[in-house]
Amino acid sequence: MTLKLSNPLYRELRAHGEETYPHECCGILLGSADGSEITVQRLLRAGNTRTDSAHNRYNIAPQELISAQREARQAGLEIVGFYHSHPDHPAQWSATDFAEAHWLGCAYVITAVEQGRATVTNSFLLAGTREEDKSFRPQSIVLPSSAPHLDSD
Amino acid sequence: MNIHIPTPLRAYTDKQETVSIPGATVAEGLAALVAAHPALQQHLFTSEGKLRSFVNVYLNDDDVRWLPAGQATAVSPGDELSIIPSIAGGCSKEPSI
Ligand SMILES: [Zn+2]
Repeated sequence: MTLKLSNPLYRELRAHGEETYPHECCGILLGSADGSEITVQRLLRAGNTRTDSAHNRYNIAPQELISAQREARQAGLEIVGFYHSHPDHPAQWSATDFAEAHWLGCAYVITAVEQGRATVTNSFLLAGTREEDKSFRPQSIVLPSSAPHLDSD
Repeated sequence: MNIHIPTPLRAYTDKQETVSIPGATVAEGLAALVAAHPALQQHLFTSEGKLRSFVNVYLNDDDVRWLPAGQATAVSPGDELSIIPSIAGGCSKEPSI
C-alpha cells in the first residue's frame, strides 16, 4: 500500500509544519483508496487543540473531523489519512502516536521539522483488522517524478 | 436517522458511508446499526457494552457524551449521527537513545 501525493500537496503538508514550529501541526488527508494505493486529493489543515503542550502533542477536534467527513462526502472522496509534524524529533511514530491511532487502513504521515525546516517525511499505514492487532507499517510516498528532491537512480 | 460511518468501519457496512436506521434515541439508533451490521459491535463497544473510549458519537454538532440525556437523547428522522474515532498523538517526552 503506497501513498500517492501531488507535489503541491506534499509541499503544503511540509510547509504547514514549518509554519507552526516549534509546535506540532496536524491535518486531514482526503482522497481515495484501492487495494494497493492511497491517493490524496485534498489536504485540510486542522487546528491543534492541544494548546497546553502543542510542542509535543496534537489532537484534532471531532467537530473538524465531522466537517472533513462531510466535505469528503460531498466531493465523492473519503478521509484516507492524517498528518502531523515532529518539531526537533525524528519522523518516526512514537508510543503515543501508536496508542492514539485508531483509523485502521489510513495513512499517518509524519514530518520532522528541525530548527524550523522540514526534513524527512515518512508515512505509516495503520494496518490490522481491529484495535487489538493493529500495527504501523512504513509505506512509500509516491510523488510525480518531477519532484526535485527525488534521486533519479 | 442517518448514521455516518468513518472510513475504517465501512468494511463492515458493505462500504456504505451513510446508513439510514430507525430509532427514537441515540442508543436505539446505535443498537439498530449493530443489529444490521453485527461486525461493528466489537469496533464500537467494549466487552462490557460501553462505547470504546476513542469512539466519539456526535448528534449533529454535539458530542453525545456531553448531552444532558446522553445516549437516551431523542432523535428525529432528519438528525445526523456521526461516528468519529479520535485523532491524536505526539512525540514522547522520554529521552531518545
Ligand atoms: Zn507523532
